[in-house]
Order: sequence, then structure tokens, then C-alpha cells
Amino acid sequence: MSRNRALLGQLYFGLFILYLLVPLIVMAGAAFNDSKLPTVAPWKGFTWKWFGELWADQVMWGAFVNSILVALAVVALAVPIGTAAAIVLNSISGKYRATLYGFMVAPVLAPGLVIGISTVLFWNQIGTTVGAPGTWPFGRGLHLATLGQVSYIAAYVMLLVLARLQSFDPGLEEAALDLGASHGQVLRRILLPHLYPAVAASAAIAFFQSIENFNVTLFTKANETTLTVYVFSQVRAGITPKINALAFILILLTLVLALAYEMNRRRRARIEAERQAEARRAEEAMLL
Amino acid sequence: MHDLIRRYGTGLTTLFCLLVAFWLLVLIILPNFSMLFESFFPYLPVADQGGPKDVFTLGNYEKILANPIETAWFGVPVTIPIHVNTFVDTVFFSALVTFMTLILAYPLAYFLAKVASPRSIPTLLLLLFIPMWVSEALRAFAWYIILTFNGPLNAALKALGIIDQSIRWQNGIVTSYDAIVIVLTYCYVLFMLFPIYTAITSLDTNQIEAAEDLGSPWWRTHWRVVIPHAKPGIASGCVMVFMLSAGSLLVPTVVGSTKANWFPQTIYTWFNDALDWNTGAAYSMIFLLVCIIFVILMMRLFKVKLSDIAR
Repeated sequence: MSRNRALLGQLYFGLFILYLLVPLIVMAGAAFNDSKLPTVAPWKGFTWKWFGELWADQVMWGAFVNSILVALAVVALAVPIGTAAAIVLNSISGKYRATLYGFMVAPVLAPGLVIGISTVLFWNQIGTTVGAPGTWPFGRGLHLATLGQVSYIAAYVMLLVLARLQSFDPGLEEAALDLGASHGQVLRRILLPHLYPAVAASAAIAFFQSIENFNVTLFTKANETTLTVYVFSQVRAGITPKINALAFILILLTLVLALAYEMNRRRRARIEAERQAEARRAEEAMLL
Repeated sequence: MHDLIRRYGTGLTTLFCLLVAFWLLVLIILPNFSMLFESFFPYLPVADQGGPKDVFTLGNYEKILANPIETAWFGVPVTIPIHVNTFVDTVFFSALVTFMTLILAYPLAYFLAKVASPRSIPTLLLLLFIPMWVSEALRAFAWYIILTFNGPLNAALKALGIIDQSIRWQNGIVTSYDAIVIVLTYCYVLFMLFPIYTAITSLDTNQIEAAEDLGSPWWRTHWRVVIPHAKPGIASGCVMVFMLSAGSLLVPTVVGSTKANWFPQTIYTWFNDALDWNTGAAYSMIFLLVCIIFVILMMRLFKVKLSDIAR
């Protein structure tokens, strides 16, 4: 019975993975088809030319650079904001904590287009008030996309750092203060080193969330685009397999990153296992 | 607050509070007030702004009731304003997507949490994560290729002899929303999987074995033991998938037919093509309201807290 169930589970898992991967394989395969339309059937012969076209596409390169710049700006803003929010939230309790928490996580649940529209309207209103509507920084553009993205990505940072704070011993800070450390030293030498893994992970998540973002960016952008919006506009305008070439490269990149992550994890697990085995041997030796 | 000052001093505490205030006020609360405010004022050319016409109005909200069309719900003919129709369709089909992802994800979450060997879990999770790291735009595009008229799905079905004529998948078989539902399910199924997986992991396996030892059939074990325990995860997954589906602009635009309108597309048209930001604001207020109602409904239905949903 139990073995049957495990088999059934594995079968389902296999089918599920297939379901997730087949569309991506079809898309990547179409990058090599010598056909004007992005498809794998009918197959008109193998070609590399779509990669050449992609390489020569100046708009794509501009969008790529914009994506990276916006993502870096989002990380630079969201990580300090989210970390500060976690520290503040952790220091208060009771009714206010729940309210504050609610306001902080609300943007995670809010639809991206609401965030986008509200951001644009708010800055436009400030622009009108100071008498310069539509001009930088009050008009639409990638700076507003950055702010809109920060409003919800900071919440992810906050949640990760808050989770990490639960395992922090505040007694360490007390000890440092008693021994004459300054407030800055307490933060820099005691708290931040403990939070570092969560901060690093949240920075990575913030970066990729920003690259991925579509809804907020579409509503807040002006003429400059990001990579996701570029793909969207290409698909909408009738596409050539150049986008498939881009997709192939991005999927390959994802695979390489995932593989590196998995190898690193296995290496660490092996080291850990060896260490435990050694400890066991040492213990046995002691008993003898 | 005193605790913060004692630990980090006045300067750093002020900095923390300023960062939080900037986030909550400038990035979240004030923009939403701004949207609410703008939604009550008419869209006017620059010359009329601040003039006698620039007064408080409900006109933007009334626009959703304009242009009645004839349509049918489950075979029953109804006359309904076109944007209300789009809205109802969006909510209905997003709920359908949510339900489908739940059906697809629950068995897998249970398998990963309780059946699969713990040693292989990190590798299996990684396998699932890889497709999620590929951008949503590309995943929608992949389905556009598959479903297109001269695409691989039609070619494969014809080669297998299942169909004679190519099918226009994007126009739908059952409803004109078929393609959108399929692709949204594909895009968001993992947002359902991971919360449920996390929730089931924390269930003591002894409880399942106890139920089985006492003679409970497998479906009752799930209904009375596993699902009640997984409730926070299910609620979290449902909220995430519903929000993402109902708020998706990309998928309906890429794979949707001309007959299938999604509410975010309507909002985008007001905002970007008609340049009527005020009506766009009114529509997104309506949209936001429904989203809030949905979250509250889910919290009541599953008896969970907001902190269980947003994690």
C-alpha cells in the first residue's frame, strides 16, 4: 500500500515536472528553427541567426541595462527599508504591532497595477502642487517604477529579516552595551552580522523580483523599457524567434545558477556528514 | 520604542523610523489616498483644470455601468454593462484558476511533505523552482507558441490522428477564456504548491498513521487530518493565486482572444490609451475593493490571520 502510494506520487511528480518543462523546451527549441514565426513545427532547419539578430538589437540592450539598473536601485532602497522595518516591528508588541504589520504586508497582496497607478497619480499630484507636472521626478519614468517596486519588495525583505530576528539573543546587545560599546558598534558588530544571511538572501530575492516585475513597471514607465516589458511589447507587435533566442539564453542562465546552487549544497552536506562521522569516531575512540 | 533608543541610540532609532515612515507614507499610504482622491474628479483638459468643471463627482464610477451588452451566463441570456461583464468574468475565471491550481498542487504538496524520501527533497524542490525562475513574460510566450494556430499542439494532435482540422485554441473550446485559464494555471500553480507544502511539513506523521491504524480510509484521513492542518497554507495559496490571476495583464494580452477581456486590460486602456487617469483610478479602486473583500473572505472562511497568509 505504502509503496504503491510512493510510486503513484513519483509518477505524479514526474508528470508535473514534464508539464512545467515542456513549454519551456518548446520555446527554447524554436530559437533554432529557421522559420520567420517562432515555432517548432514545421521544422525548417537549424540556424543560429536569431542569436545574431538578438545581439544586434539595440532596444533589447537598452532594456537589459535598464532592468539591471532598476533592480540595483530597488535593492539599494528595499534592503535598508525592510531591515529597519523588521527591527522596528520586532521592538514593539501588542495592538500597534498587528496594525503596522498589516500595513507593511498589504502591498504584497495588492495587485501590481494598483501599486503602479497609485504611484503615478501621487507623484503627478505633487508635481501639480509644486507647479511642474510631468517633469522629472514627477512624471512617469523608471524612477517611479523603482519606487513602486520598492513598496512591495521591501515587505519581502522585512519578512525574511523578521524571521531571522527571532533567533537573535538580545542579551548579546546588552552585554556589548555594558562593556562600553557605542550604539553604532552594537548595530554593526552584533546585530548586522547575525542578520547577514537573511539580508543577503533578501537582496538576491529583491533583485530577481525587480527583474521579473511587469505590472508596476508597465503602468509607471515612460519611453524607457525594461527587459520584461520589452519581451511583452515584442510578443504583442508580432514576433520573430529573436525572443526565443533571448528565452533560451535566460533559461540556460537559470539552469547554470540552479546547478551551481545544487552542487554547492551537496558539497556542504558532504562536509557536514564527514564532520559528523569524525565526531562519532572520536567519541568511540574516547570510549575505548 | 524606548528599547530601541536604549540599544541603538537616538540617531539610529530616528533613521530606522524615518526609513519606515518613508516606506509606509510615501510609498504606500499617500499614493493610495491619492488614487482614491483622483477617482472622484473628472478627467479634464489642462485648460479646465481647477476651473468650474473640476468638482467632486461620482461620474468615473458610473462609467462602469455604461454600454449594456447582451450575453449569456451558463446559457441564461442577460443584459449587462460591458465592463461589469468583464469584471464578473475576471473574478469567475480567476476563482476557477485558483481551484485548478489547488487540485493540481495539493497531491504534489502532500507527496513532497510526507511520501518522498527526505534526502531527495532539496533536489526535487530545486527541479520545481527552475521553471519558476523563468520570467512570467516568457512562460506566457511559451504557451503562445504552443497554442498558436500553426503551432506544435495542433501539429502533434494531427500527427496522432486525434483531430483532422487545426483548432484555434486561443479562441477557446468551452469558453473564450480557455487559453487564459490554462496559461494562468501554468504560471501560478507553484504559488499554490509551496505554502501548502510548508503547512503539511509541520504535520506530525504519527497523526496520519494513527488515523490509518484506526481504520480511516485515505480520503477521510485527508479530509479530517491533513486538510485541516494545511488550512493556513491553502488560504495563503488561494489568496496569492487569485490576486495574481485577477491582476494579470500580461497573460490575457499575450494568449487571450479578442473576445476574452480581462479587467486589468480595461483599466490599462483607460489609463494608457484614453489617458483618462481619473477613470483608471476609479476602476482600480473598485478592483482593489474586491481584492480586499476576497482576502477578508478567505481569512473568515479558513479562520486564519493575515500573518498566516502573507509569509
